[in-house]
Amino acid sequence: MAELMQFILSGVTVGAVYALVALGFTIIYNASDVVNFAQGEFVMLGGMITVFASMAGLPLPLAALIAIAGTAVVGVLLNKLAIEPARGAPVVSLIIITIGASIFIRGVAQLVFDKQLHRFPAFSGDTPIQIMGATILPQSLWVLAGAIAVFAGLWAFFTKTLTGRAVLATSNNRLAAQLVGINTNWVMTLSFALSAAIGALAGVLVTPITNTSYDVGIALALKGFAAAMLGGMGSPIGALVGGILLGLIEALTAGYISSVYKDAAAFVVILIVLFAMPQGIFGRKSTDRV
Amino acid sequence: MRAKHVTLLVLAAIVIASPFFFPSNYYYRVGSLIFVNGLAVTGIVILTGYAGQISLGHAGFAGIGAYACALAPIHLGLHPGLAAILGAVVSGAIAWLIGRPVLRLKGYYLAVATLGLGILVSMILANEAWLTRGPDGIEVPDLGLNDALEAIGIDLSNPQFWYFFSGLVLVLGAWVALNLHNSPTGRALRALHGSEIAARTVGIDVARLKLQAFVISAVYASLSGSLLALQNKFVTPDVAGFMHSIEMVTMAVLGGAASVLGAFFGAAILTTLPQVLTVFQEYEQIMLGLVMMLCMIFMRDGLLPSILRALRGRDK
Repeated sequence: MAELMQFILSGVTVGAVYALVALGFTIIYNASDVVNFAQGEFVMLGGMITVFASMAGLPLPLAALIAIAGTAVVGVLLNKLAIEPARGAPVVSLIIITIGASIFIRGVAQLVFDKQLHRFPAFSGDTPIQIMGATILPQSLWVLAGAIAVFAGLWAFFTKTLTGRAVLATSNNRLAAQLVGINTNWVMTLSFALSAAIGALAGVLVTPITNTSYDVGIALALKGFAAAMLGGMGSPIGALVGGILLGLIEALTAGYISSVYKDAAAFVVILIVLFAMPQGIFGRKSTDRV
Repeated sequence: MRAKHVTLLVLAAIVIASPFFFPSNYYYRVGSLIFVNGLAVTGIVILTGYAGQISLGHAGFAGIGAYACALAPIHLGLHPGLAAILGAVVSGAIAWLIGRPVLRLKGYYLAVATLGLGILVSMILANEAWLTRGPDGIEVPDLGLNDALEAIGIDLSNPQFWYFFSGLVLVLGAWVALNLHNSPTGRALRALHGSEIAARTVGIDVARLKLQAFVISAVYASLSGSLLALQNKFVTPDVAGFMHSIEMVTMAVLGGAASVLGAFFGAAILTTLPQVLTVFQEYEQIMLGLVMMLCMIFMRDGLLPSILRALRGRDK
């Protein structure tokens, strides 16, 4: 029982990170129909910038803030320089552009920072907390709290504020949104900034647990993408459920079946889910216009 | 002369004429890598260029082809050449089994499903060390064809042999792909690329055709993996990795996924680029990422079609 609890706790922690990455995918996808494979690089940048800013002598909270803001700027640049000029390109081209962007960002990070593994101290110490015979790191609670705060904040943003509703309107129907006077280009910029900032926040929260280096992004991007597809692309609740589910599947597979096949289990589940529900768990059913 | 013959002549001319400009054996090695990649990319042309389906997991089939050449000679006592064919059959069979449910998915959902398949294959190759010897890789026996040629008086160095052999296989592969393009099946594939629903209304069995394209492209990827393993005499699970899948798709789309010749140029550029970029070492990834982005933004149909259009525009 304690063992199961342990696996669930670690699964939910990892799942919360996947959920945040998946949420980043979802926000950009809703605004621009682009699946941004550079999403994992935002997480990497969040961790790496924080590491290097704090090594330069800045206090950790300030370093984290700079990392989040800096990554948001990278997100906006990505949109302005690579995504907007390619508007209307086929799905394959967009996949290659964002993968190109992720290789590019990784290359720059390797040059600007270094190739070492880095971490910074956990926010409130490394003494594990006992829960029902299992243990959890205080930093895991920070990750969970961060994820909950982001999802709650976004829910409020999308349902209560005018700007948030403008984003929703744009994702529903771009042309109609333009017709009622919404500046859809600005919505796209905002979405990329928001998504990059969320990715960076995930990077800041998780680095004390998992460490970071210039090349952690691609694996996270694949997992986040998988989580978003599992939940149903375009649905924030889908991103949350998909992320947590993916984390739990991985942790339980690693614990009970085989730790080397934990990544495989996630993809097997995704294949099964997509065969049964081709739109993901919470995805919208779509019909093609001819 | 039909476009098909032009493509075949250009490819054959490149294979035969390029060695006159090669100062060293190293160039034969790069050349044969280009042909091996070109073969895999020709498969992507059939799947993505003709039929409009995405796969982010085709390196998985290359992995099956490559490991077939390493494992079948040891465990089944097969000749490496027959092992390559066995690999192609296994790849085709897996593609056929898996393709039916997977190809119902569209766009990004198809991308994630094929991505998952590729990752599963590469994980099995890396983790089942009792069979594959794990991440460190495994030796591949010699094909023996070069020795046979030597016995009848044709004396080629190893890189030279593999250059011409891969070139021959590429031209044959291109010939098959071009014939397919002009066949009723090819026309039907291109029709469903344009609009699946419209294709269905004129009586095209969309599911069956997509499956055919998937199986054929899997066989191409598998043969390309076998060729790579046989000429390197060594193979690691990286051959089935995610980045290799991306490489295949990028080569095809970069050159122009709609045409065999375009895709070949994509393969040529992306294969030589890292060799050239080793001069810049630290900037290699930055340059690669930039090339991928710029080409896709400014030359949407791919390099070759865009250049041809620019030339034609100037003629008028």
